[in-house]
Amino acid sequence: MRIGVPKELHRGERRVATTPEAARRIKELGYDVAVQAGAGSASKFIDDAYREAGVEVVPDAQTLYWQSDIILKVRPPETDAEAGVDEIQLLREGQVLISFIQPGQNPELLQALAGRKLTVLAMDAIPRVSRAQKMDALSSMANIAGYRAVVEAAQHFGRFFTGQITAAGKIPPAKVMIIGAGVAGLAAIGAAKSMGAIVRAFDTRPEVKEQVESMDAEFLLLDFPGEDGTGQGGYAKVMSEEFIRAEMELFARQAREVDIIITTALIPGRPAPELITEAMVKTMKEGSVIVDLAAEMGGNCKLTQADAVVVRHGVTIIGYTDLPSRLASQSSQLYATNLRHLLTDLTPEKNGAVHINMEDEIIRGATVVKEGEITWPPPPPKLSAAPQQGQAKAQAPAAAAARVQKKAGPLAILLPFLVGALALLGLGSVAPADFMSHLTVFVMACFVGYMVVWNVKPSLHTPLMSVTNAISSIIIIGALLQVSSDRAFIVFIAGIAILITSINIFGGFAVTNRMLAMFRK
Amino acid sequence: MSYGIVTASYIGASVLFILALGGLSQPETARRGNFYGIIGMAMALAATIVGIVTNHHFILFAGLIIGGGIGLMLAKRIAMTQMPELVAILHSLVGMAAVLVGFANFMGNDAALSGAARTVHDAETYVGILIGALTFSGSVVAFLKLSARISGKPLLLPGRHWLNLLLLLAAFWLGGKFIHLSAAGGGSLPLIAMTLIALAFGVHMVMAIGGADMPVVISMLNSYSGWAAAATGFMLNNDLLIVVGALVGSSGAILSYIMCRAMNRRFIAVIAGGFGTSGGVAATDSQAEAGEVVAIEAEAVADLLVNAREVMIIPGYGMAVAQAQHTVSEITRKLREKKVNVRFGIHPVAGRMPGHMNVLLAEAKVPYDIVFELDEINDDFPHVDVSVVIGANDIVNPAAQEVPGSPIAGMPVLECWKGKTTVVLKRSMATGYAGVANPLFYKENTRMLFGDARQSLDKVLKNLG
Repeated sequence: MRIGVPKELHRGERRVATTPEAARRIKELGYDVAVQAGAGSASKFIDDAYREAGVEVVPDAQTLYWQSDIILKVRPPETDAEAGVDEIQLLREGQVLISFIQPGQNPELLQALAGRKLTVLAMDAIPRVSRAQKMDALSSMANIAGYRAVVEAAQHFGRFFTGQITAAGKIPPAKVMIIGAGVAGLAAIGAAKSMGAIVRAFDTRPEVKEQVESMDAEFLLLDFPGEDGTGQGGYAKVMSEEFIRAEMELFARQAREVDIIITTALIPGRPAPELITEAMVKTMKEGSVIVDLAAEMGGNCKLTQADAVVVRHGVTIIGYTDLPSRLASQSSQLYATNLRHLLTDLTPEKNGAVHINMEDEIIRGATVVKEGEITWPPPPPKLSAAPQQGQAKAQAPAAAAARVQKKAGPLAILLPFLVGALALLGLGSVAPADFMSHLTVFVMACFVGYMVVWNVKPSLHTPLMSVTNAISSIIIIGALLQVSSDRAFIVFIAGIAILITSINIFGGFAVTNRMLAMFRK
Repeated sequence: MSYGIVTASYIGASVLFILALGGLSQPETARRGNFYGIIGMAMALAATIVGIVTNHHFILFAGLIIGGGIGLMLAKRIAMTQMPELVAILHSLVGMAAVLVGFANFMGNDAALSGAARTVHDAETYVGILIGALTFSGSVVAFLKLSARISGKPLLLPGRHWLNLLLLLAAFWLGGKFIHLSAAGGGSLPLIAMTLIALAFGVHMVMAIGGADMPVVISMLNSYSGWAAAATGFMLNNDLLIVVGALVGSSGAILSYIMCRAMNRRFIAVIAGGFGTSGGVAATDSQAEAGEVVAIEAEAVADLLVNAREVMIIPGYGMAVAQAQHTVSEITRKLREKKVNVRFGIHPVAGRMPGHMNVLLAEAKVPYDIVFELDEINDDFPHVDVSVVIGANDIVNPAAQEVPGSPIAGMPVLECWKGKTTVVLKRSMATGYAGVANPLFYKENTRMLFGDARQSLDKVLKNLG
């Protein structure tokens, strides 16, 4: 089958759905690949690079759409009256379209696509199960958006992120608060952290605390008993009113302190929650920056304007909705890889033919229109991306049990000593004095050995074994004592014993020496 | 030479042997320690030969020189990957010597002893031969298993615990019989019968133990060889033998203990043999594997390594099998030149004997100050960019921490999954020795590099540029 990648129509969109590298790998699956001329130019992938990868470059969109069986896109298909192009009209019956669709927000589009008798796979409808992570384009894009948000903030922020003490005075580090520690939030934490800022993060889902702290950022803990904001598929859900009030107080306190706020709070299929009020913006320092990653869904900040940078009360508020597109090479590369992984799953035979297996949970979830029939929304996913709580609970009692085992009563400690003492007394009452003196030596030597050997480094355990092996051949002395016997048979046995123990003595010491010579810094 | 001087040299030798073991506490002092051991041994031998031996010097020196020659040759020729085999076969020699000396002593009995002293002496002889025979046959089987001359799989006879018990009781009964008969000047029959039983017991015991439990077995046999020497010392009224035997015995016992703890298994359970045969395994299957493995190419691994800041290499027995340690060392050297911080994380039971991996890495000229133990390094994994697992499985299995019902639950493992990326080199998707599926392979940040470890690593090395 033939795959076509058109140039994106959306104004300002710089991404492209495949890169030369990804195209080369897609061809390995048995597909032919064609791109529209100039499709990758905005993301710095030139037509010649595609040609080098064995991709056909088609001059215009019409031809491309007409010749292709599968269309790979970034943005949902749209109509641009000015340019006189209608992507929906270009699509023909039986074609497979794979792109972002946002079926929840775009029911009319879904209807239109179904009307064209297409099969449509929405990259944003891929279920969030661990097997699907390699094709999770939402995460890839969120990652880039998070990074870019910090870069945009730095652009509009008049100072350093990192603290320095210079000859010209002390520079305090910037304080960054990140709301919502999803993929974008974590990427923003990483970027801000690596630029040297002090980073704090807030999220309604307590399980992300560990992730935030693993990135060396501070997790802002809300003093609010037992509410978990984890919704289906690891996304956040709507919280109770009291919780929101406590949350807002926290933000109000932080707003006075921090220099930069990056908000990423989104709840799937709903307008973005308003978290930063105008009053909070007023209390922020002059020159502070807010980057609102939820601008497309109405914004987390009251004053955000989508696709614009505004200055209100001395605070720059950035409402770009195309942050991934502003890092076009990177996001094209990741998106193309996500697409390629999806295609790999769609082509189990590697024969260049798409097989829409509705039994496969991921493909089922992604398919929003199948041969003209709307199949969205899919049945609820079976697995959650979030760790199961039951597991943690099962671990706790086990740990408790281990603790109980460790703690032994005084009797249990004393008992072995008592038994040992009694055994010794019993032995002493019958054994000859000679034996007891040897036993003394034996017990003392055991203790010395115990003390000495615990100090041996684990890395030297093999040499330890070979050297103890060599010295345990001291048993040769037994043979030496007997070799002078008058009886030939005993002399013979003793001779053999001397022979084999010498193998051991010489071999053991020599091999130990050889090993130890190898240990070097 | 007077008896006093001989005893004095024995005391000196004992001190030197203790210093020898003490020296091993640090790599810097280890060679000196070995040297002390050699001097101690030479002193003890010289004193005995000069002071006590009166006859048959020719046989003595012939044995010493031939044996010494064989020993030196073995030590020179042996490849470091074969160390476990060498150690096993050397253990068997100690055991055999204990048996021989015991028999010689029994036959050369001058009947000067009587009463309780006689009984004690006979018991010592008996125990010495018993442990010696057990060590001998057990070590021979261990040697055969380690050198792959026989299968490493545990041989589980039906009712083997009863069989062991029966053999033990028989040994006790024969012991009583022997002491009784020996007082009257006889007793060779029960002694020989017991020797055979002990030999059978040793074979049976080690046959039932699987390949990955070998570190425990080897250290246990190490310990036994010490106890055999100590028992011989009691028999001969020789304190030097007792001291050395006790040193070696406790050293082996500590090693066995460390190995068992590293597998979170009880010593008895290991010795009784057969992993996971005690029930409670069913829980593992319920941990159905959600997800799939992501394969990776050698070129991409090279890329990952070059771009990493912290790399952790976790070798296992597979590295020894594939003889990949030199390639690993080359990769390490190149990465260190590129200012990548490469470290090694060694699990106590990685390989087939305690410290096996350390010796292999040392042989391949990996500096020992970048080789760390489980306890030293486990907390660092969150800061590691790439962990490379080479031919190891159970020692990096997160199931040990996450699945309470797993057969390896509670075993300390290297927590490589806490790092950013883990690359696992593996031949196929087979389970490890414990037969437990490894969820590590399905983790989202794990990449699998399939194929022979050596060839894969060679390719990685080539692509490091």
